[in-house]
Amino acid sequence: MAWTWLHKLASPPHAYRIAGRLAPWFGWPAGILLVAGLYGGLVLAPPDYQQGEGFRILYVHAPSAWMSMLVYGTMATAAAIGLVWRIKLAHAVAAASAPIGAWFTFAALATGSLWGKPMWGTWWVWDARLTSELVLLFLYFGYLALRASIDDRERADRASAVLAVVGVVNLPIIHYSVNWWNTLHQASTLTKLGKPSIAGEMLWPLLAMILAFTLYYGAVMLVRLRAEILCRERDASWLRGELAS
Amino acid sequence: MSAGEFLAMGGYAAYVWPSLGITLFALIWNVIAARRLHARARRQALERAGAAGGQS
Repeated sequence: MAWTWLHKLASPPHAYRIAGRLAPWFGWPAGILLVAGLYGGLVLAPPDYQQGEGFRILYVHAPSAWMSMLVYGTMATAAAIGLVWRIKLAHAVAAASAPIGAWFTFAALATGSLWGKPMWGTWWVWDARLTSELVLLFLYFGYLALRASIDDRERADRASAVLAVVGVVNLPIIHYSVNWWNTLHQASTLTKLGKPSIAGEMLWPLLAMILAFTLYYGAVMLVRLRAEILCRERDASWLRGELAS
Repeated sequence: MSAGEFLAMGGYAAYVWPSLGITLFALIWNVIAARRLHARARRQALERAGAAGGQS
């Protein structure tokens, strides 16, 4: 029973319609949370006792960095599902995620650089956290370039999925790099859940931003997924009825 | 706090505002790019369906 339901969901016409219906439910809350989070982070939160107003870069840097990894994890999971069970929709999800993840990674690196200059005195340093995050950007680029270089869609799906899955090793390296190696980069602000190392009025805007970015990814990915489905199903009979309505 | 003080960001304006700008640009651009991609895919699918319909 569960499987018929899953198959129905994974069928292109259903996925196309459901993605279209769901996207606004991710997009609008994301927008509202983004405005609230930015107001809380830039205006309401008090300045940091060490970094003054400069710490406010946290509110765009940490969510971007978080998303760079979450999107990669989602992409690699979808790619693995596509490889193992040969579900085309899973490959489409992975392909729809990659450009978004690359943008988040770029934003994390750029905002990190802008934060590093006043606080560390340098735009860039080849330490473990920064280097592994840069490797993540190149993994996204490699995934996208590999897809673009193979004309046959099924072969492109499989080859890029293997790359995405292998690249997962980089995620724990990024996450634990601040503990495993000596680095300029500070350790995580949030992982100590029982005893948060951040005041409440600084914390809630950060959580709002992280949630906003996550929902935002959902919305944009669903729109890209619809485009992917249209390209993959260009000759399917359901498409004509769908587009006519 | 005055608007000028807020914009000065305690001397960190040159780092805080570009950070915000880059991130917001990435967010807005990705929405535009995704919507364009979908619109183009839809247009191409319609053209294809129209061409196939004309032949039959």
